[in-house]
Amino acid sequence: MSTHDRQGNETPAIDPALEQGPQTSEHGRSGPLRPTDELSAAERQALIASMSPEDAERVPELHEVEVPPELREKIEEAMSRYPQLRSASIPALWAVQRHYGWCSPEGIRQAAAVMGVSPAYLQSVASFYDLFRLTPTGRNRILVCHNISCWMRGADDVLKRFCEAAGVDPHEAEHNGGNSPDGEFFVQGFECLGACDIAPMASINEHYYGPIELDEVETVIDRLRRGEDPLPEKDIRKRTLAGGAEAPEVETNADA
Amino acid sequence: MPERRLLFKNLDEPGLRTLDVYKRRGGYRALERAIRELEPDQIIAEIEESGLRGRGGAGFSMGKKGSFLPRGDMPKYLCCNADESEPGTFKDRELMFKNPHGLIEGIVIAAIAVGAQHAFIFIRGEYWDVADVLDAAVREAYDAGLVGERILGSNHSVQLVVHRGAGAYICGEETALLDSLEGKRGNPRLKPPFPAVQGLYGGPTLINNVETLMNVPHIIRHGAEWYKRLGTEQSTGTKVVSVSGHVQRPGNYEIELGIPAREIIFGLAGGPPPGRRVKVWFPGGSSAPVLTEEELDLPYSFESMAEAGSMLGSGAIIVGDDTVSVPELALRTARFYHHESCGKCSPCREGTNWTVKMLERVVRGEATPMDLDIIASVQENIIGNCLCVLGDAMAMPVGSMVRKFRHEFEEVIERARAAHGGPLDAAPDDVPPVPLGVHA
Ligand SMILES: Cc1cc2nc3c(=O)[nH]c(=O)nc-3n(C[C@H](O)[C@H](O)[C@H](O)COP(=O)(O)O)c2cc1C
Ligand code: FES
Repeated sequence: MSTHDRQGNETPAIDPALEQGPQTSEHGRSGPLRPTDELSAAERQALIASMSPEDAERVPELHEVEVPPELREKIEEAMSRYPQLRSASIPALWAVQRHYGWCSPEGIRQAAAVMGVSPAYLQSVASFYDLFRLTPTGRNRILVCHNISCWMRGADDVLKRFCEAAGVDPHEAEHNGGNSPDGEFFVQGFECLGACDIAPMASINEHYYGPIELDEVETVIDRLRRGEDPLPEKDIRKRTLAGGAEAPEVETNADA
Repeated sequence: MPERRLLFKNLDEPGLRTLDVYKRRGGYRALERAIRELEPDQIIAEIEESGLRGRGGAGFSMGKKGSFLPRGDMPKYLCCNADESEPGTFKDRELMFKNPHGLIEGIVIAAIAVGAQHAFIFIRGEYWDVADVLDAAVREAYDAGLVGERILGSNHSVQLVVHRGAGAYICGEETALLDSLEGKRGNPRLKPPFPAVQGLYGGPTLINNVETLMNVPHIIRHGAEWYKRLGTEQSTGTKVVSVSGHVQRPGNYEIELGIPAREIIFGLAGGPPPGRRVKVWFPGGSSAPVLTEEELDLPYSFESMAEAGSMLGSGAIIVGDDTVSVPELALRTARFYHHESCGKCSPCREGTNWTVKMLERVVRGEATPMDLDIIASVQENIIGNCLCVLGDAMAMPVGSMVRKFRHEFEEVIERARAAHGGPLDAAPDDVPPVPLGVHA
């Protein structure tokens, strides 16, 4: 994914992460797939020339696809909640990502079969949103906020330190997130996470922690390796109102 | 001047997020009153009379918006905007996490008022823990007959779904939110038609921010007359202000609208670290044109921020002290909007891209003073030229920084010139200008 991903053409066939292009056979692929925006003009032309309408994947039938029962149940439950079926797209993609750790092509195909939409449709939706990952990601997901308030309080250094401690390429982390070679960590510089009160902060496996001191970063990484809570004392869920327990309240006319 | 707590009352009380404690604190009495004593039109009238303005950014009268929805039995919808992605804003997070029933009660009352049978809370996907709390509270409310079919035995039915987003600032824009909720990529729509007339699934839709909706139970319970006594004439009520950046006690503070901004930044949030001064501040999220130290004594209200050429926006104050480099702040701001531009409209897609590139040149010391004029003119060409105001939301603060701190931009340029030992030519870009839209 490039940072301009959201601005990409909606045509799913040229989506960088769409792994079912014409070079892909049912069971494998010929050569490593690369994001289309890394291709040279000639390669891109060749790719487009090799495509034909028949290559477009149709809506998979449920009996053709093996869907894990828990996943199917989650998606069907989501479908039942909305007046219109397609509204379940994002919940379905969440279910896929939580099941497989990322929005894998197989997972997307399974969700598409359950929902009765084309995999390309779900793929095009998934590629719009920053939290959906279209490539496998490290076991621990660390999003370090680098927006204004966190930046003012040293977020750039925190992000760098996380990269060093986890073994993630800082350039990758800055842009679309990078994995550590051991598959333990995914680190990404992220936009404002809505917790500037604890800046500089990070979302670690979907929980918010901060303010993070530079010398705490190694501890966080060690604890995550051991499967422990990374920073229990700085969990935002424990935070009380900044103005303290006592503050004047608005008077109401008793129980009107 | 201290806080003035209304939405924050009892907020840290253990168990407030359970139905039991919420009810003990007077919860759901407003819903009872709305159902037993008021007609839907009277609810809208009461809200309009209270002067309550939207807390999500635009500050539009909630009662007026509600009255724009057509009457009749067609399917209508209510969407609570809990996307909260405006940099600097974190009030809805604390409100929902600690008092989910306060939001649910507001939603149900508002849905009954406009005749919406389906309501959604569109919460940003990053707020996973908060969404879990909402899910649990919604389940409790269903079980108690406060949401769902025939609420409290009345003829009113409201289904409520917590919908988790997946990370895209643009989905906070109300029409992009609708597309996203319909299961599409979150691109904004052309307005008109406005959502009140044609919104979710083509039906009339009321969209309001979390904090706006959480004011509703208080208004219905205690009356518009009582509510109007809070705040100023044009900005009634209290406001939860998120204060962050270079202050000693960052956090959410609930204040009565109209108190001096200085009271919030210094009195409540403790001001910048000892020995530092306020240099620049955003009064309403990163989309608001910046203000300076001279403007600290302005009353914090919708009208006064607008008069000062900025806006109260989401009520997020970001403070930068004298250690902050304004050109770098401008770059940081522009990068965010560039990343978040959905790419549908050219002025925004290209304008954010080029603004980032030019600001990078300034910060690297490769710009000329003429570049500052170009930056300024790019901002002017974005404003008002797109489907939504995401591009404006970059153009306004960046434009204001170049205008108000031009000397600082020039200093950076001059320093680089001196270091290079001669006059600088505008450095040509290392990459040819490829329009981004066809770049993918
Ligand atoms: C780019 C953009 C992002 C926005 N993000 C949010 C948001 O995160 N939360 C919000 O409540 N309103 C947001 N808004 C404002 C909404 O479009 C809309 O005005 C608001 O939800 C209406 O609710 P209110 O009248 O109660 O404020 C955003 C607007 C724009 C243009
Ligand atoms: S800037 Fe980091 S959470 Fe808002």
